[in-house]
Amino acid sequence: MIELTNVHKAFGPKHVLSGVDLNIAKGTSMVIIGGSGTGKSVLLKSVLGLIRPDSGTITLDGKDVAKGDRDAFLARFGMLFQGGALFDSLRVWENVAFRLRHGKQTLPKHEAREIAIEKLRRVGLKPDVADQFPAELSGGMQKRVGLARAIAAEPEIIFFDEPTTGLDPIMSGVINDLIREIVTEMGATAMTITHDMTSVRAIADNVAMLHGGKVRWSGPVADLDATDDPYVQQFIHGRAEGPIESVR
Amino acid sequence: MILTAPLAAIGRPVMAMLAGIGRISIFAAQVVSHILRPPFYPREFFAAVMQIGWFSLPVVAMTALFTGGALALQIYAGGARYGAEAAVPSITALGMVRELGPVLGGLMVAARVTSSIAAEIGTMKVTEQIDALTTLSTNPIKYLAVPRVVAAVLVMPVLVAVGDVIGIAGGWLVGVNQLGFNSATYIKNTADFLQFWDVGSGLVKGAAFGFIIALMGVYHGMYSGRGAQGVGTATKSAVVAASVLILASNFLLTRVFFGS
Ligand SMILES: Nc1ncnc2c1ncn2[C@@H]1O[C@H](COP(=O)(O)OP(=O)(O)OP(=O)(O)O)[C@@H](O)[C@H]1O
Ligand SMILES: [Mg+2]
Repeated sequence: MIELTNVHKAFGPKHVLSGVDLNIAKGTSMVIIGGSGTGKSVLLKSVLGLIRPDSGTITLDGKDVAKGDRDAFLARFGMLFQGGALFDSLRVWENVAFRLRHGKQTLPKHEAREIAIEKLRRVGLKPDVADQFPAELSGGMQKRVGLARAIAAEPEIIFFDEPTTGLDPIMSGVINDLIREIVTEMGATAMTITHDMTSVRAIADNVAMLHGGKVRWSGPVADLDATDDPYVQQFIHGRAEGPIESVR
Repeated sequence: MILTAPLAAIGRPVMAMLAGIGRISIFAAQVVSHILRPPFYPREFFAAVMQIGWFSLPVVAMTALFTGGALALQIYAGGARYGAEAAVPSITALGMVRELGPVLGGLMVAARVTSSIAAEIGTMKVTEQIDALTTLSTNPIKYLAVPRVVAAVLVMPVLVAVGDVIGIAGGWLVGVNQLGFNSATYIKNTADFLQFWDVGSGLVKGAAFGFIIALMGVYHGMYSGRGAQGVGTATKSAVVAASVLILASNFLLTRVFFGS
């Protein structure tokens, strides 16, 4: 269970998060939507402790994420970064297997490599990319390698920052199914940022919309269409006209 | 207001500098404190040895060769005024192993290695690779900083030693071919004159410069600003800081070793 209470974060004069409250129950899939630049990525990084909020508390199973054993805490997480963040000095399979090779229990090389290739297959990549370097792959392929790396050690909690951005519709479908499967079959807790409404409907148990530094609306995905919140309506229908300014 | 303005103008950069020294000192202490604590990353270490040591050999060798040659010419020209031309082998060797070998070698390696470390790690920073390392339960200081710093500290004395030999050889080439020295006498003069600590002090300097070279690269890379411009600035600052620190610490070390 992840709980954010009144989280604030500003960069200089710019207030990005100004009082975010959010709960994510164990084993559920939360999808965060919201305009570009509203602080969705900042929110994920705050939970991981990569960004320190100015005020407010973030807890995992009742324990403050900023305190206690960071290694044990991070060992429970997997994260797909918006830009992939692949290590460009390492081969694709070494990226995917990074935690398996450097974590608490280090697997022998060939075992780690086999697991990496299996994870690559699950994100729709052939085994022959395993020995390439990230810079040799297309943007969408890099994204999927990042995804494979995030799930490689089968973490309990996985954050996906725009997993389907830059992918073709078929591959988006494959990734949506994969994320859903990880939640329903492996019981993982997922938090996904996406702009893609098809993904929202495929992945989410619950949806939260971030706007103006706060959670504007949150609820089960089934309620998303029924809500009369004009912000949500404008966002999910992609209208230029509405309460959300188009220049921000 | 008007009276304090100049004070503020002086105070601000001084404060910024002090804050910078403080941050670098804390960072250096963190790096050192991680050196002996596992996990270790041998692969990163050997890659750093290659990058810092092996691939710097040509640069260091060329620098030493020309410097040794020029030094012999200068000492000959200067010595001729006192009829002391015979001092060429000994003074060339002394200047090379005590000062010019370590300092010029250090500066050349700083230009080559500090810049590339800062650019590489700065790029990792702006593309969130350092955040990714953290989320994969890997301490960036352990994984990125320690192997490079340790490699540089171990490898720089070796580079300095190679530079010493080649620098002396440069002096010998000029001495024998141009200044009319007998080859065997030149070598004998050099070997008889040099004492252990002449060479040893230069190697110790090399180790200190190695620490500075790697530390500045890693530090400025890890605290790089955003975007390509941030990496550019980090790279420049790293090389400038490393060069100035090498020269300043060289003065201090020379004072400590030979000041009395
Ligand atoms: N390290 C940082 N320093 C300064 N400003 C930052 C930093 N990280 C994020 N910001 C600012 O915070 C705001 C929110 O950024 P964030 O990346 O969270 O947006 P986002 O909601 O993920 O947008 P997108 O959908 O485009 O990815 C942006 O205005 C950004 O400029
Ligand atoms: Mg984002």
